Amino acid sequence: MPTLNINGRNMSVEAANDTPLLWVIREQLQMTGTKFGCGAGLCGACTVHINGEAVRSCQTSLSDAAGKKITTIEGLSAKGDHPLQKAWIAEQVPQCGYCQSGQIMQAASLLARNSNPTKEEVVEHMDGNLCRCMTYSRIQKAIMRAASEMRTAATATDRRAT
Amino acid sequence: MNTHVDISKDIPADLSRRSFLVGSAAAGLALGYSGVPGLLGTDAALAATAHFDPSVWYSIAPDGLVTVTCGKADMGQHIASTMAQIISEELGSNWKDMRVQLASNDPKFNDPVLGAQITGGSWSTMMNYEAMSRAGAAGRIALTEAAAASMGVPAGELVVRDSVISHPKSKKSMTFADIVKSGKATKAFTPDELKAIKLKTPDQYTMIGVSVPQLDIPSKTNGTAKYGIDVMLPGMVYGKVVTPPVRFGATVKSVDDSAAKKVPGFIKAVTLDDKTGTTTGWVVAVADTYANARRAADALKIDYDGGPNAKLSSESLLTEARRLQGLDDSGLFFVKDGDTAAAFGTAAKVMEAEYTTNINIHAPMEPMNATAQLQGDIWHLYSGNQFATRSGAIAAGAAGVDPKFVVMHQMWLGGGFGRRLDADMMVPAVQAAKAVGKPVKVIYSRENDMTMDFSRPLTLQKVKAGLDGDGKLIALNHDVVSAWPTKRWGIPDFLTPSVDKKGGLDGFTVNGADFFYTVPNHNVRAILNEMAHNATPSGQLRSVAPGWTFWAVESMVDELAHAVGKDPAQYRIEMLDGKGANAGGAQRLRNTLLAAMGMSGYGTKQLPKGEGMGVACVSSQERATASWTACVAHVAVDASGDVKVKKLTVATDVGTQVHPDNIRAQVEGAALWGLSLALYERATLKDGGIEQTNFDSYTPLRMSQVPEVAISVIANGEKATGVGEPAVTVIAPALANAIFNACGARVRSLPITAEAVKGAMKA
Repeated sequence: MPTLNINGRNMSVEAANDTPLLWVIREQLQMTGTKFGCGAGLCGACTVHINGEAVRSCQTSLSDAAGKKITTIEGLSAKGDHPLQKAWIAEQVPQCGYCQSGQIMQAASLLARNSNPTKEEVVEHMDGNLCRCMTYSRIQKAIMRAASEMRTAATATDRRAT
Repeated sequence: MNTHVDISKDIPADLSRRSFLVGSAAAGLALGYSGVPGLLGTDAALAATAHFDPSVWYSIAPDGLVTVTCGKADMGQHIASTMAQIISEELGSNWKDMRVQLASNDPKFNDPVLGAQITGGSWSTMMNYEAMSRAGAAGRIALTEAAAASMGVPAGELVVRDSVISHPKSKKSMTFADIVKSGKATKAFTPDELKAIKLKTPDQYTMIGVSVPQLDIPSKTNGTAKYGIDVMLPGMVYGKVVTPPVRFGATVKSVDDSAAKKVPGFIKAVTLDDKTGTTTGWVVAVADTYANARRAADALKIDYDGGPNAKLSSESLLTEARRLQGLDDSGLFFVKDGDTAAAFGTAAKVMEAEYTTNINIHAPMEPMNATAQLQGDIWHLYSGNQFATRSGAIAAGAAGVDPKFVVMHQMWLGGGFGRRLDADMMVPAVQAAKAVGKPVKVIYSRENDMTMDFSRPLTLQKVKAGLDGDGKLIALNHDVVSAWPTKRWGIPDFLTPSVDKKGGLDGFTVNGADFFYTVPNHNVRAILNEMAHNATPSGQLRSVAPGWTFWAVESMVDELAHAVGKDPAQYRIEMLDGKGANAGGAQRLRNTLLAAMGMSGYGTKQLPKGEGMGVACVSSQERATASWTACVAHVAVDASGDVKVKKLTVATDVGTQVHPDNIRAQVEGAALWGLSLALYERATLKDGGIEQTNFDSYTPLRMSQVPEVAISVIANGEKATGVGEPAVTVIAPALANAIFNACGARVRSLPITAEAVKGAMKA
């Protein structure tokens, strides 16, 4: 019985090794924030982090995820207050909202390694995530807002450290 | 032009019902609705609860929270939040106290104008504005009177603000929570009393016109918003549909499940027996998990009879459309003004052009799904859908029960765009649940979803225009040939009588062709392409008919302007003279066009070679419900015909803004939909099946393709109009007109391809 380390907790699951991680997360663990969109790695709705990298959970088998550190939208922050989540609300990004977990997880992996991205870097990083409501410009704005907040927070932390 | 109709009385008896016994009793209570003392003239239910329900549309709890029940499908247009905002304006509640929930299919939640639960047409705000305002006001009056009695002061001296009722003279105050807890707010309103309430005038508004935080957004940033696909029921199993290679008309000859039986967790393969005629040749593989249901579905060996449409292609549908258009007696007249034949005889110049659009797929990000559960005699259906009244009836038809035994549980919609007006997903869910005796959640794969879409139909339009010696348009014949999406519903009142009373036509294939230009002799024929209607059952895709009628009209008007050497924008302005029946609307459209021209710098800039600006203006969605919308598109075209969209400038006159930020979000989304349909989305039929199966071959706009979009919203105090769709319809013609101005290539088929642009350059 494989064990998944998901959002900081170890959870035993029962499924064949080739089962897509997406369905294990959604059905067995009943964490439905991660969405099914295309089943082919073409839309990004199912994006989660594995060891900090954004991956498509519909294209990741259970056996490939076992033993690694998995983060879903439910685990991105303790209270839904990751800078991106706050920025998503501030910019009133979601319309139908279905793709937005994936968008946020995809964006979070960018900001984790680059908190000062250019617009071009944002577009390149986000281009695999479809939004059928076409909220793309607000997604961009929210990423820039979150990046700015993260830089400010980092500066404040540096100040405290010195 | 459509008039709005109460469809409830005309839904065929087998697909609907006059009384939702379940909806108004068991389901209502199960969902926590209490009675409607005001509207039903009884306060029995009120006495049983500590809540105050001044109207069917909301309830105030003893803690002061106001929960609005939204009867419209919320697919990202934040309509639930908008309903709450309109109620809150008149109620006088604090926005922080507002909550929303989604209605069941109980007819008490029917649209007050449409008489059914249907969400589309960009109708919701305009058609619910008054009812929600009156509901809110009724609550305020009842609370105020109760507070006056408690405080022992005249009601007329009380001030209601932010969920607090205060008496400035005595400095006494009570919160809504205090009043509800007191149990003294019991005033009931008859319909006549509701109608007599004096509503606020716009200058008194404090909520309408304010971009309050949308109530649904936080749940859509942390994974907690529940969509149909997220429903979990005890003992539930999963179904994966196996759809035939032919879009419609196939039958299952045999199913071999011997390999599927080796899949762990496999329960059963269920061949649908769909008496509603919604699906043909579908099988559901049911298993303990969705992953196993998919494995089992892949292992089924199904032998089909492809049926009568198995050899048809997009080309055959187009050929048939041309044949039908060429017949004198085809179709029905939607517009018949003056005498076009005589006018063509006197015209100095006659021009003809053919405009086409390919099949388009809705492809909302949440694939179609439904969860069905039989409890006692009651079928419970959990699914986000735009037409609960009809979807419940389809589910009942699939179950073989009277529709009064079906309760629809509405969920947030992971995109609608018109796709969820259809109820096909109810059929496999119900029949699989019936076959296995357990709740079943059916989820379409993206491939099922795309190949079984109720698509925007392939359309062919022939436009013939006659100009007088001054270049003025004096005669226009406009033929529109397509499948008729609304005819499929079988609801007579949704059809429009032809102007010569020869029959009902699908107005939702020709809306927009009855434009606001003054053209003295004008015919519009709606022609049903029966072959396409049968082979590609079509649906309503965001913006519906104006998405193609204005493609033809606004392209042709441009062609005419160029032919007579006039500036295309000025040519339009001259035709928007506001004469006769066009009075008012034409002037609003002209003003909107001028606003877009001004914002974009149209005509003021010398553009580099290979660049051009093009205009279009529309009265989408319907003549009676128009949001006046204009676009100036700015493009650059290179030698290969590749089009780069540099900027879209969109102006729209919406009368009254309820939520300015949401209007901008909707208009931008609609404009980008228009761009996506114009340049990037194309589906094709081959051997009776849709060829595109996923986002690799059907390719909606991505972030890297988003141009600069500038939006100007005109709010001139007229009634609020809809914003979800109109801006879709203005983009394609504005782009085509810009392409012509950039490189001289006239393209007349959507989507516009580099190949077509290059080909037209050479010609």
